[in-house]
Amino acid sequence: MADLQESIARLQAACRDPRAQMDRYLAQGKKVVGCFAPWAPEELVHASGMIPMGMWGGHTELKSAKSYLPAFACSIMQANMEFGLNGAYEGMSAVIIPAICDTLRCMTQNWRFGVKSIPAIAIVYPQNRRSPASTDYLISEYEGVLLQLAALTGCMMSETALCETIRIYNEHNRTMREFAAAAAEHLDVITPQVRHAVFKSAFFFEKSEHTAIVQDIIAGLKALPVCQWSGKKVVLTGIMCEPEQVLDILADNGIAVAADDLVQESQQFRADTPETGGGGLKRLALQWNERYGCSLIHELGKPRGGELAKLCAGAGADGVINCMVKFCDPEEYDQPWLEKDLRAAGIPCASIEIDQQNASFEQIRTRVQTFCELL
Amino acid sequence: MSDTLNPTAAAPAQAAAAPAKPKRPKAKSLLMIGEQTNALFENARLAKERGEKVGWSASIFPQEIAETLGLNVLYPENHTAGIAARHQADPFLQECEGPMGYSNDLCAYAKLNLAYTAVLNGESSVELPDGGKMVKPDFLLLTNNICNQLTKWYENLARQLDIPVFFIDTCYNPMDYVTETRVRYVRAQIDQLIRDLCAFTGKTWDDERFKKVMEISQRNSYLWERANNLMDHKPAPIGGFELFNYMSAMVCNRGKESTTAIMEQLNAEMEQHIKEGTSTFPAKEEYRVSWDGIACWPYLSHNLRTLKQYGINMVASSYGKAWAIQYDDLDGMARAYCFASTNGDNASTMLSRRYEALTRMGCEGTIYHVNRSCKVMDCQMMEVQRQLSKMAGVPFTSFDGDQADYRNYSEAQFETRIQGLVEVMKQNKEAKSNG
Repeated sequence: MADLQESIARLQAACRDPRAQMDRYLAQGKKVVGCFAPWAPEELVHASGMIPMGMWGGHTELKSAKSYLPAFACSIMQANMEFGLNGAYEGMSAVIIPAICDTLRCMTQNWRFGVKSIPAIAIVYPQNRRSPASTDYLISEYEGVLLQLAALTGCMMSETALCETIRIYNEHNRTMREFAAAAAEHLDVITPQVRHAVFKSAFFFEKSEHTAIVQDIIAGLKALPVCQWSGKKVVLTGIMCEPEQVLDILADNGIAVAADDLVQESQQFRADTPETGGGGLKRLALQWNERYGCSLIHELGKPRGGELAKLCAGAGADGVINCMVKFCDPEEYDQPWLEKDLRAAGIPCASIEIDQQNASFEQIRTRVQTFCELL
Repeated sequence: MSDTLNPTAAAPAQAAAAPAKPKRPKAKSLLMIGEQTNALFENARLAKERGEKVGWSASIFPQEIAETLGLNVLYPENHTAGIAARHQADPFLQECEGPMGYSNDLCAYAKLNLAYTAVLNGESSVELPDGGKMVKPDFLLLTNNICNQLTKWYENLARQLDIPVFFIDTCYNPMDYVTETRVRYVRAQIDQLIRDLCAFTGKTWDDERFKKVMEISQRNSYLWERANNLMDHKPAPIGGFELFNYMSAMVCNRGKESTTAIMEQLNAEMEQHIKEGTSTFPAKEEYRVSWDGIACWPYLSHNLRTLKQYGINMVASSYGKAWAIQYDDLDGMARAYCFASTNGDNASTMLSRRYEALTRMGCEGTIYHVNRSCKVMDCQMMEVQRQLSKMAGVPFTSFDGDQADYRNYSEAQFETRIQGLVEVMKQNKEAKSNG
């Protein structure tokens, strides 16, 4: 079993240099398929014998992307486009792009014409999940993705491989949930930045490999005495909470992340694929119906505020920090209701603007300091 | 919209400058549009008074369903465009971005409508400039073929008003065609929606009535497309911006016989102009261009004044023809509504539709409206501009604007951009005439 700090450092290194992770897999003779944020059928890539690798933007200077996207496109897509155009993703065999918001619809086309060296595979998830026909439709979308993946590998994915992949992914989900629970008892070791790295790194490892590392971390944590955190505790919600400087501001103010509802983090792991109920593709399609609380997936009733209130109560959190990715319109529609419902539940909430290309964090620092005093 | 948006009638500054020029009488078709729009709102009001359920609908929802059921339905996008065009948007934008807590980044149609809804719901005291003719809905009809923001906007309306949403998820088309699996999914949703809507409203579905409505709708789509295509005559029989006036007939009343009468009248008026070699375009047609994107409603008159100054007539638009929806059964309806809006189609489809319009209409340039409200239009516009300009060999320009938020436009920028486009079009024209 690896040392706790060594394991953490390994995951942090992967987040800081995902390219090195990709090169490692390429050197092993594996093919890598990029998976655009926020949702992509990673399992199909995995079951096809390739490595799915998350594409969640990053800090860069936007140059070439400006020829494709206006300034008011979200920073994640701006960065993905820039990296695609400047060659940072060279080596990927393809990218999968979910057309799940208006900007992502366009990204399927911008990538197609702008980054011709890496083929784009578009997937359109159903939004009317109450319609029973949505499951068959999603299966057909998966089949379309599989055909394009088979063109990369030269062979079709087997049902056995998919079932094994689903088992691996469900085990990984369980492990990540177990980590979240263990982390909440060790907020001295699992700082906001460390917590984020453990979650985000899942996008840069083959999942069983990541599961093993995280299980080592959990075991390491369990060997330590439970920490009675004396500072403030918050729940993070939104698409993502990056870059690291933002997380450091939380730590600087004695704020720990007790739980999260981030699309990039816990939302990825809270819906398992059913173990029974049909073939692999059908079960994967049914998993889509289990996802909740994501602004990009249609749900009636604006339930996020209520869910967050429950999450805060369960985690003993003092408040919620809503991480608003700049120019993310699905999030902007949820924001007023989410804040209203939290206010009604007596839970303090502060919104901060997330921009991966940000160079100055003083506004966020002031906002967090004020919020901390409020708590 | 209760008022038509005849840009020639909406240019007071210009009218003041011109010495006692006799005002051109309004075309009969425009008067008919006014009557039809008034009837739409009045019928909804009366239905509400009778205790019947009234709906609000996304603009490219299969209108024929509500028409078959005899439901009164109003259209927030159309209504807010009218508010914006009449320069009445400001208090609603302030309300939405202030007390209601919405971001400035969002679609201005949504922002106006959410604030208007707050007034109807007793949560805001903003004065309604139209006296509340957009009566409070009892249900919502939603499709996302235009954009995903509509899905979120209607989610919020449903929560705000505590009313149901009847939703058809039309799915974006990354392929050049609508896949059969999409047709099956959308068809199943249409069938379910009809059942649910009947149960909710107490109405009964009548296949014969639907066939009749479908026939009317097809006739109207044909006539609308035909009118748009008549713009291929040189000079064009009307000023292209005038076609925006007729969109309410196609958006809100596609399945009605009153629309057939309006469209027939419009076609007849255009043919008369062609026969007589006249045009309603208020200047000599020097240049013919296409317009990409929704109208910049708050500055329609400034747009027209500027274009008129150079004799530029907008003879093709990527926008209006989205409502020329052709099909002949429910499967066809599913396919047609998946493919109606180029916002829901991939860049190849978008390019081929625009290229066809540019060449058919003999356009010499394209004006792209970088509509701050509409990411789905803007986020692939730059690539479309490059490819289309290369394919068609015509120059383009773009300007920053908004379909309803007056703050996102600069008159000086628009004028400079048009001036630049004219210089290139002029050079091209001269080069052509010099062989």
